[in-house]
Amino acid sequence: MLMKTLPLRLVAASGVLAAATGNVMAGTGQPSPWQMTLQTPVTPIADRMHAFHDMLLWIITAIVILVLALILWVVFRFSERRNPTPSKTTHNSLLEVAWTLVPVLILVVIAVPSFRLIKDQLTLPKADIVIKATAHQWYWSYEYPKDQGGFSFDSNLAQDKEPRLLAVDNEVVLPVDTTIRVQVTASDVIHAFAMPSFGLKIDAIPGRLNETWFHAEKEGVFYGQCSLICGQNHAYMPIAIRIVSKDAYKTWLEQAKKKFAANGAGQHYAANDNGQLATEAAVR
Amino acid sequence: MASSSTAAHADHADHPTGLRRWLFSTNHKDIGTMYLFSALMAGLIGGFLSILMRIELQEPGLQLFSNGQMFNVIVTGHGLIMVFFVVMPALIGGFGNWFVPLMIGAPDMAFPRLNNISLWLTICAFLLLVVSLFVGGAPGSTGFGGGWTVYPPLSTSGHPGPALDFGILALHAAGASSILGAINFITTILNMRAPGMTLHKMPLFAWGMLVTAFLLLISLPVLAGAITMLLTDRNFGTTFFDPAGGGDPVLYQHLFWFFGHPEVYIMILPAFGIISHIISTFSRKPIFGYLGMAYAMVAIGAVGFIVWAHHMYTVGLSLDTQRYFVFATMVIAVPTGIKIFSWIATMWGGSIRMTAPMLWAVGFVFLFTVGGVTGVVLANAGIDRELHNTYYVIAHFHYVLSLGAVFGIFAGWYYWFPKMFGYIVPDWIGKLHFWLAFIGANVLFFPMHFLGLAGMPRHYVDYPNAFAGWHRIASYGSYIFAFSLLVFFYGVYVAWRRKERAANDPWGMGSPTLEWTLSSPPPFHQFEKLPRITGSADH
Repeated sequence: MLMKTLPLRLVAASGVLAAATGNVMAGTGQPSPWQMTLQTPVTPIADRMHAFHDMLLWIITAIVILVLALILWVVFRFSERRNPTPSKTTHNSLLEVAWTLVPVLILVVIAVPSFRLIKDQLTLPKADIVIKATAHQWYWSYEYPKDQGGFSFDSNLAQDKEPRLLAVDNEVVLPVDTTIRVQVTASDVIHAFAMPSFGLKIDAIPGRLNETWFHAEKEGVFYGQCSLICGQNHAYMPIAIRIVSKDAYKTWLEQAKKKFAANGAGQHYAANDNGQLATEAAVR
Repeated sequence: MASSSTAAHADHADHPTGLRRWLFSTNHKDIGTMYLFSALMAGLIGGFLSILMRIELQEPGLQLFSNGQMFNVIVTGHGLIMVFFVVMPALIGGFGNWFVPLMIGAPDMAFPRLNNISLWLTICAFLLLVVSLFVGGAPGSTGFGGGWTVYPPLSTSGHPGPALDFGILALHAAGASSILGAINFITTILNMRAPGMTLHKMPLFAWGMLVTAFLLLISLPVLAGAITMLLTDRNFGTTFFDPAGGGDPVLYQHLFWFFGHPEVYIMILPAFGIISHIISTFSRKPIFGYLGMAYAMVAIGAVGFIVWAHHMYTVGLSLDTQRYFVFATMVIAVPTGIKIFSWIATMWGGSIRMTAPMLWAVGFVFLFTVGGVTGVVLANAGIDRELHNTYYVIAHFHYVLSLGAVFGIFAGWYYWFPKMFGYIVPDWIGKLHFWLAFIGANVLFFPMHFLGLAGMPRHYVDYPNAFAGWHRIASYGSYIFAFSLLVFFYGVYVAWRRKERAANDPWGMGSPTLEWTLSSPPPFHQFEKLPRITGSADH
C-alpha cells in the first residue's frame, strides 16, 4: 500500500519543496547542491523517519521562535529607559509548574512516534535476501550467500567516475521491493555502514556482527559514505547500492557469478587480509 | 620553622613577587588568572587548528593537507584542546578559582597548595598534548588522528607510534588536575561559606561549580580507567578492547561516554551560573525561581550520568536499551527548559541595561536554546540513526559549546574583567566583539545543520561536490569569528593602556554578590574578617 502511495507523495513533496526553495531540492540517493533537508527517502522506514523529523522540526522551530520572541520583547519592553523601576517578583508558582509540565507534554508527544519508529527499525522482518558487508581500511567488501550464487567482491572508490567520492568500481546490486538484511562487520578498525536515503546507519565493528535491514521501493543508484572515523582514507570508502528490477537482478546475478567466480563466499578474508582475521576467527 | 610561620602570620600584607608569586602561587586569584591566561593561549592554538580545518574544507578536494590523516590529527587536536585546555580551565580553573571564594566570602580555596598542583598539572598536560602532535602516530605520519573520543581499535592497532601514549598521559594529567580541583571546590564550598550563607542562599555560580565538581569527581576516574586499559592494550599486550583476545571495542565506548556525557555538562554548568548572575545584575532583579535554578542544575548533573549511550545508537544496542536511553535523554530537556524560561522571567519586569556582558548573556540564552532543541532531535534514536556522525551533530554540539560555553566565558570575562584586573574595557569594544562573534559563529555553524541533514559525514578531509556550497559559507563564518578575537584583544589592550580605574562595583547595578563589596582588583588576601550574611536569599 505504501509502495503505491509513496511515489505520489514524493512527487507532491518535491513539488512543494521545489516551489519553496528553488534548487534546494533533496537529492535522491545522493546530496544535491545547497540541499537543506534530508535526502529523499526510498524505503518505508526512511519515509517515516523523515515524517518524524518534519514533526520535530515544527516543534523545535516553534520553541526557538517563542524563546527568541520572548527575549526580544523583554529586552525592548523592560529596558531601563522604558521601565526605570524593576519589579521585585521572583516567584510565580503557576508559571513555574507550567514551564515544567508543558515541556513534559511536548516530550510525550515526541516520544510516542519515536518509540514506534525505533521498534520498527530494530525489529528485523523476515528477509528475502541476506548480504554481508565487511569494512576494511579503506574499502568495503560484500558477500552474497549461497542462495544468491555465493560470491564476494571488493568495492573501492572509483576515482574516474561521477559523482566524485561517491562512485565505486563494483556496486552492490539488489532487487527493488525486496526485504534485504545487511550483516555488517569490520576486519580492522570500526567503520560505519550508512545509506542516508534508506535511513540506515550501523557500525561495522571487528569481532561483532551487526544487522540491519531495508526495503527499497524505488530503482536507482544510492550512495552512502563510511560514517565513523577510521583513519587516513576515511573519506574515500563510499557505499553504492544499485536497486534494479527483479528481472534485472537475476541477469546481474548470472554475470556476477562468473565475474567474481574466483572469490567464493567467505574466501575474501584469507585472500585480502594479512592474517589478522584468520587469527580472530580461530580465537572466536 | 615556628618563628618563620609566626612571622608570615604576623604580616598579613605578605605579597610575594616574581617566581614566588607565580610559580609557587597558592593565591586563588593569581591561580585563576594563570588558568585564564593558559586557556587563552590554548584557545589561540585550538582556534588556529579550527581555521586550518575550515581552510581545507572551504572547497572540495585537498588544499592544505596532503592526506586525511593529517586532517584527522588536526581535528582531534582541536577537540581535545578546546575541551580540556580551553573551556574547562577557563570556566573551572579561571572563573571558578577567582570567584567561588569571593562569592561565598572565603579568604581563599580550602587547599591552596593543591590548587597550585592542579594548575601546573593542567599546563604539563597541555604541553604533553602538543608534543603528541609531533611524534609518530599512524604509520608514516605524526600525531593521533582518531577523534577526541579515542575509540579502539583505531587508537590501538591503528596508531602504533607513541603519539597517543603522550595523549593518554596528557589526559591522565589533566584528569588528575581536575579531580584535585574538584576536591578543592567541594571542600571549599561545603566548609568555607561565610557565616549565615546557607546552601540555599549561595550564589548560583557557586552552585554550578559545586555540581560541576561532583561530576568531575565521579566521571573522571572512569575515563582514567578506560584510557589506562587503552594504554595497556597498546603497550603491554592486554586485550580489554580487542575481540581477538575476548575483549570488546564497544566496552571502551560505554566507559568513555560514561565520562563523556557528564563532561559536556561539566563544560556548561559553570557558564549557567555566570549567565544567571549577569542577567540578574543587568535586569536589576533577583534571579527568578532561585531554588528551581539551583536544583535544575543538580538534576541536569544527576541525569547526565545515566544517558551516556545516546552517543552510541548505531553500535548495535538492543531495542530495550535504545528505548531507555531515548527516554532518559529527553528527560534532560525539562530542567534545561526551566533554566531558559527562568532567565527570561528574570529579565521580565526588570530594568535592563544592555551592557556588553548582558549582550553576551542574552546571546547565550538564545544560542543555547538553538543547540538544546537539536539535542532533543538527536535524543531520538529513530532519527539519530540518520544524523549520527554527520555535520548535524557538529552543529548541535558547537551551538551548546562554541556558542554556549564559549559565550559564557566571554560573558564572564566582560562582566568580571574590571573586578579581576581593576581596569575598564570600553563597553563598545565588548559589544562589537559580541556582534562579530555572534554573526561569525552563526554563519559558521548554522549551515552545518543543512550539511548534516543532507548526509555529510564527520571527520572528512574531502567531500562530494554537492556539499561545497554550505561548506564555503561555513568557512567564511569561521573567518568572521576569528576576526572577532582581534577585537577581543584590542579591548584588553585598551584597558591596560588607558588604565581607567574600576570602582568596587563598576557596573553600579547594586548586584548583591560579595565580590562587588571588595576593591577592584580585590586585595591579595580578602575577607580577613569574614562577612556575615543576613536577611533573605542573597543571590
